Order: sequence, then C-alpha cells, then structure tokens
Amino acid sequence: MAEQTKVTTLEKVVVRFSGDSGDGMQLTGTIFSTLSAIFGNEISTFPDYPAEIRAPQGTLSGVSGFQVHLGSKKVFTPGDKADVLVAMNPAALKVNVGILKPNSIVIIDTDSFQEKDLAKAKFTTDNPFAELGLNSIQLVAAPISTFVKEGLADFGLDNKSALRCKNMFALGLVCWLFERPLEEAMHLLQNKFVKKPTIAEANIKALTDGYNFGHNTHAAVSTYRIEGKKAEPGFYTDINGNTATSYGLIAAAEKAGMKLFLGSYPITPATDILHELSKRKELGVKAIQAEDEIAGICTAIGASFAGNLAATSTSGPGLALKSEAIGLAMIAELPLVIIDVQRGGPSTGLPTKSEQTDLLQALYGRNGESPIVVIAATTPTDCFDAAFWAGKLAVEHMTPVILLTDGFIANGSSAWRLPDLDKYPEIKPQYATEYNGEADWKPYRRNEETMVRYWAIPGMEGFEHRIGGLEKDFETSAISTHPGNHQKMIMARQEKIDKIANFIPELDVVGDADADLLIVGWGGTYGHLYETMEGLHENGKKVALAHFKFISPLPKNAVEVLTKYKKVVIAEQNTGQFAKYLRGKIPGFTPYQFNRIKGQPFNVTRLIEEFTKIMEA
Amino acid sequence: METEEIKYQAKDYKSDQYVRWCPGCGDHAVLNCLHKAMAELNIPPKDMAVISGIGCSSRLPYYMNSYGFHTIHGRGAAIATGVKTANPDLNVWLITGDGDCLAIGGNHFIHAVRRNVDINIVLFNNRIYGLTKGQYSPTSERGFVSKSSPYGTVEDPFIPAELAFGARSNYFARVVDVDLKNTTAVLADAAKHAGASVVEVLVNCVIFNDGIHKNITDKDFRADRTVFLRHGEKMIFGKEANKGIVLEGLKLKAVTIGEDGYTLDNILVHDAHTKDNTLHMMLAMMTNEDDLPIALGVIRDVEAPVYDQCVDQQVKEVQAKNPTRKLRDFLMKGEIWEVK
Repeated sequence: MAEQTKVTTLEKVVVRFSGDSGDGMQLTGTIFSTLSAIFGNEISTFPDYPAEIRAPQGTLSGVSGFQVHLGSKKVFTPGDKADVLVAMNPAALKVNVGILKPNSIVIIDTDSFQEKDLAKAKFTTDNPFAELGLNSIQLVAAPISTFVKEGLADFGLDNKSALRCKNMFALGLVCWLFERPLEEAMHLLQNKFVKKPTIAEANIKALTDGYNFGHNTHAAVSTYRIEGKKAEPGFYTDINGNTATSYGLIAAAEKAGMKLFLGSYPITPATDILHELSKRKELGVKAIQAEDEIAGICTAIGASFAGNLAATSTSGPGLALKSEAIGLAMIAELPLVIIDVQRGGPSTGLPTKSEQTDLLQALYGRNGESPIVVIAATTPTDCFDAAFWAGKLAVEHMTPVILLTDGFIANGSSAWRLPDLDKYPEIKPQYATEYNGEADWKPYRRNEETMVRYWAIPGMEGFEHRIGGLEKDFETSAISTHPGNHQKMIMARQEKIDKIANFIPELDVVGDADADLLIVGWGGTYGHLYETMEGLHENGKKVALAHFKFISPLPKNAVEVLTKYKKVVIAEQNTGQFAKYLRGKIPGFTPYQFNRIKGQPFNVTRLIEEFTKIMEA
Repeated sequence: METEEIKYQAKDYKSDQYVRWCPGCGDHAVLNCLHKAMAELNIPPKDMAVISGIGCSSRLPYYMNSYGFHTIHGRGAAIATGVKTANPDLNVWLITGDGDCLAIGGNHFIHAVRRNVDINIVLFNNRIYGLTKGQYSPTSERGFVSKSSPYGTVEDPFIPAELAFGARSNYFARVVDVDLKNTTAVLADAAKHAGASVVEVLVNCVIFNDGIHKNITDKDFRADRTVFLRHGEKMIFGKEANKGIVLEGLKLKAVTIGEDGYTLDNILVHDAHTKDNTLHMMLAMMTNEDDLPIALGVIRDVEAPVYDQCVDQQVKEVQAKNPTRKLRDFLMKGEIWEVK
C-alpha cells in the first residue's frame, strides 16, 4: 500500500499541532522540530499558549498550539499558514481554521469529535468541517483515543495516564507523513522520561502505533519530503530564545572572568531565564528569586556593586517597576544587564503574546537625563549573541544595558550551532587597579577616550569609596549640587553612551544595492522581514533590508544607510516607536510605516502586499 | 615573612566628608558608635560595605571610610542582599530609617529578615520623616500631629520588633542614641551574629520631633522606665536595681524585689538564644503604659541557616557532583547532533 502514497517534495512546509492545553502539544511540537533539525531541515518554531493555566477542557480559550516551519533552505519564521494541522479536538480545529492552506492535511481524533465536544467548541451542527466551510482539506480521521487505550492495554496504566499518550500517536502519524524515522524520537522520549521507564515505553508504543496506522491505512493522502541539507559543520542543538539569552550571559561572564548573578521575579514570558540560570550552579551561577521586580533588579545592582556580572530578567510591567533602580545603576555607573522579554501591553495586556511596544520605555522610561544602552535580539539563536554583547558593553562601559527580546523569539526555537567562545570578542572590565593617570583615582575618574570610570570593587585595598544616586562632582566624586557640575556630569554620561558606537558593529544591509525600497526593522521581526524581502525579490522587486540590533547608541553608519534609499519603510509591532526615535535622530526623515499590534507575529504575505503598494505608490 | 596584624582605630573608619546632620541630631551618636564598634571588631575598611536607602540616616555611608552605596528609597535591604549574596566575605551593613525601612521598603525589609541574609540592619527610629521636613511615619503613634496629619493620624503604628518577629527575625536588639556605651556594644554584637540582625536605635530628631523618646531616654527616668536585657542575666532594672520582670500567667509584670512577696528568685532570667520567640515578643512589646519598662539590649539572638552561605553552599554541592565548569563543555553534554 505504501507504494501508492504520493510523495511531494517541498522546500518548505508548516505543521501546526493544536489541542487542549493539557494535550501535550508543546512537547509533541518540540520533539517533531528537534527530529527535523537532526534530519537536516532548517526549522523555526512558535509555541502559542493560552493565557489561562487550564481553561475548561475542550473550550476555545483552552487551545494550545505549536507551529513549526521546516525547510530545505533557510527558514526564518514559523510560517503564515499551515500545510498540516493536528487538531486534537473541535476547538483546536475552529481556532485554526483561518491559518489552513487549501488542500492542507488535517489530522483529528474522532473520539474527541463527539456531540458534547462539538458543543464545547460552540459548533451548532454535527459536521464541523461543513460548518467552517472546509471543503478542500485532506482529512486523516482516526479514533486516536480508542487506539491508544487498546494499544496500551498491557501497560497497567490507568485510563487517564494512557490517554496522556494520545499526543504521541498523533506525532507518530506526522512522522509517517514526513518520512521521519522514529529512532531519534524514541531516544528523546527515553531521555525525557528517564525516571519513569513505563511512561517512556507507553509513549514509544503510542508513537509507533501512530506511525504504523499511517503507514498501513492511509495511503491516500500525500506525504511530504523536505530534503535535509548540509549545514555548516559543527555540533548543533535546538534552542529557544530564553535559553539562548541565559547561555549568552553565562558566556559573557566566562569571557570576562566574572561570576554571573541573576536577580529576578517570575513573569511571563521571561521566567524561563530564571529557570535556566537557577539550574546552572555547576557553572557557578547564582540566580535568586527575589520578593518582587524591584528587589530583582536591586539584588542585581548590589551584586554588581560587589563585582559580579549582574543581570535581571523581566517583561514590560516589570521593566516599569524597575525604572527607578535602572536610574540608580545609570548614575552610579555600574554594569547591569536588564532583559525585557516584551509581551503584549499596556498594563497586564496580553501576557502570552508578543509585541515590540517597550522600545520607548527602554530608551526613555526613567526620571532625569538617563541615557543607557539598548540592544534588541533578532532571532531565537541571536539571543545568545545579543546577551553576550549586552554583558560585554555593560561591563566594559560601566552602564546598564537593556536587552529587548520578545515572547515570539523567546519561546520560538531553531537549530543552533554550538558557539566557539574563542572566536567571540574579549570582555575586559576596566578596574581601578589599571588606573595610571596623574590625578588621584576617584570613583568617577574617567578614561578620557571612552569616558568610562575605573571600577573598584569592595575588597580592593586603597580604593574604598562611596557612590550613590546623588549627583557627584566630576573631579572629586563627592556629592555636588553645583549647577555647572551637574550639566558637565550629564553630558559626560551621555558622551560615554554615544562613544559606544565606536565599539559595536556597523549596520548591515542585505539585498539589492540599488533597492527601490529599504525595509527597516529591529529586534524579533528579522525573520519575517527577511522572508518578505525574499518574496519581493521573487516578484522581481528591488529591495533591501536594514535590521537593527543596536538601538542606543545607533551604529555609526545608521544615518548614512537610512538616507541613501528612495523609499524607506519601518515595520514594527507597535504604533511607530522606532520610527519616532529615528525621526528624532535624522532631521527631515519621513519613512513609510507599517505597524501591527495584534500580539501575533507579522504575516509575510501581508507584508509583501503592503510593501508592494508602497513601491507602486 | 611575618605580617603584623593591623589594629584599626575608630578614626580609620571615618571618611573625610563633613557630616551634614543637624547639630544635636541623634544620628551623630550612632555614627560614632559604629566607628568604635568597627574598631573593636577590627574589620578592614576594604571589607566593609555600608548600604543605605534614602532619608537622614541613609547619609551615613558617606561618613564611613569603607565601601559605601547610598541607593534609592526603601530598596537598601534588597541591594544589601545582592551585595552579601554575591560576596559573603564582605561585612555588610544596612543603614535605614523608620520611613525608608518600614514604609516604602517594608517588603524588602521583611524578606531580608525572613531569608536571614547576613546583613547588619541599623534601623534609626525617630518616628518622623525628617528629610522631607516633618510628616508622620509608620512608627508615629495614632493621633500624632504633623504637617501631613494636621488633625492627628488615624492609623496605628508598626512596632519594629513585632514586624521583625512576624518576619521570623532571629536577631533583634533595641538601644537608645544617648547610651553610647551600650549602642557600641550592641552594634558590635549584631555584626558578629551570623544572619540578619536588626538593631533598632531610638534616635531623636532635634528639629521635627524633638524629645519623642525623652520619656525613656532622659537620665532622670531611664533606669526606671527601661530594662537592659543581657543573655543569662536576670531582668532587673530601676535606679536602685530593685525591680524586676516576672511572668504571671500569660503576662509579664514589673515587680519590686522584696515587696508583695517577690524575691530575686522570681525574676526572669533572659534567654536570648531560645528558639521560641514568644517571650522575646512579649519583652519587645512592653510599654510604660502597662507599667512595664521598655526592653533594651539584645532581645533575641538565635542561630539559624544563613541565606548567603546557603546559596554559596548549594553551588559548591552541585559543583562537587558535576565537574563541568565551561559553557561549551556543558552544551556538549546536552541533546546535540553533529554535522560533518
């Protein structure tokens, strides 16, 4: 029968696993994307959680999704629309109807498509497909629950535990669709359930049953082949943005010869950074859960004062609470990394969704003249490099650095080549012991070239000193309310930040040198904007992309790049915060803007349409 | 080569900064006591970090010749927690006031105490906001008239000891600013205690709340209206040293030895080290209104696991079992695949 199966070879395919938040869709998606990465596909993933921990079972608000984009060539986004949907219940089908491509494969568990299930998802007829107008899908309908219960009859599991393996049956089916050998999946499951061998075996049995079911009975639907391709030699792992951020901080501390300290407070979607760094004690990391957001940053400031590479991790509401303390670290000129994993705002907003709406808060959200460094990571794996840079600039330039990531890249993952730290730049703190100027050392005595002060750490003999939030004298470092001195210190702190432009990479432009349109973005939208550029190229358009990672200060060539093209469009997931910032830096700069604030990633198809309109305008 | 141990003097802890507190302010006395206590402990100034929040007392780090950090309002406890956790070898002080510590910084205070971070908290309690020129504080009595309570407050105050014990404090002491000898001794004792120590110093604000503690600090009545507790000693007080504290039922009572049938044997012996804090709480809550003396001295001093040491210990325990120290080595042990 297998011989009759149509095999379609594709460059890219999007698979979405969707079910109740208790159905294990995140694990299923993660295993499938890891398998695919091992197979040699490019991957980009996007978990889409409900806001509720456990919404009522089977309801629309309880649907949890995990989308993975596979490609034989580079993929940068989890994809706009799905080629394959696994819908574990009617609610999952209904929620995802808008993202199905024509002729897509939909896998359902018929046991969960009974009358009561349809009612929970607010279907009014007994044919959900007709009701949703789905008439061109390839349906793979199987009584998954029944099969799983039967298949696991000999395992001695109770009904509930057996049904928990449903997701693996679905995964087995998908593995068959994509011709993925099961060995690696089995290996991953054995590792996952290393302490529960029976559960591991049950999951593997369900997985195998799912695969065999597809192989033996469903020769009618197409299966897909995404060719594996040869990536750059090296060791790879699948990594999400939050984990990459954590490792980037560890790498920076290792390079700087410093101890890493994290002071943090749980907040979606940043908490996984606290989780990861709490685990890394073998690497000497001290990560503490503070009593609130303010204590999170304040313990970090204390640790920085004591000589650690200190960081705090949060999201928008937490960043607001930390504002005053960031101002303290700024005027005390202590190194500090503040990670803001942006989520939908304002206020509590959309905690599990993604936005770029904290940019102006990061740049300006403090009292007084308070310039600091702002960096934005561009992809899940770039979070590593961005966190490394954040640590480097904080330590070498004695300043707080805000690292902006977002829920999308923090939870999204892709394959990551393990870095060779020997190839990363050095990180050298400028300690007071290196000061050799003519005047006596003082805490705010500066290196004239960089305007960076020389750092003395408690325990260093002969450098005892007092710092704090009050303005200090430029020469003596004692408290000063002198009007002229205040202005001098404000300008010195600003100059210190401005000079960092000499120590960061220039802005890279990709695409056509003679582009008719320059696409400009920053942070986590890189993948979507890159694919948009590729799409426009395929349509014969001349476009280029300038994507910003360093925002404050801007790269040295930023103004030159932005003023070189006929048309410039700035695309952001806010109402135009970066555009406003750039207009303030470049007199007369009037870019087009594309702004979407829906809590969801950009849609590449839509971007291509909109940018084409701009080009034709 | 033998190195001679340096013996530090009080002046070695004084910075060159002009002290800007008002003449007559109780803070001057506490500063001098701290200089003397540090000399007694002989801790090198380079190993001492003095952290403060905002308020009159929080200016103190500028007057110490050690490492010092004058931070933001209420957050000193969190910053001191970070300093000590990052480097447990440092001798860390938190200088704070009743507004800084118990109003805006209340959350950080209770959690630093609960965690038992080894920091020495000196709580300057003048029952007023001085730096903002005279508003009532969380320790001002109900009905207290101030610029922000012109008709008197309609709220009850915190009693710092009660709050500290509520936060499971293992070390609490109370002293008065005018008693230099005991303040110096208690500060040194608090510094020696492993874990969070809270020393409440009743200080006078000569400008905005002059005489607020006069009822107990004045030489004429201090002996009769306070009892200075010492571990292992009987709770005896009074000008004639003939009064003592006894426990009757569930209540403490002040008695005169030799009257009403009370003898020296009836007087309680202070046990600062007992784990049960019931009696410590009762002692700390004694007031003159109930015909009891105010308890001074070290009321509670109990050993307990110390947060910063435990954080360090956990790292060491994990490292003893796991030899991986470099990020690359750690990553190579994860779920990886190789492309050749």
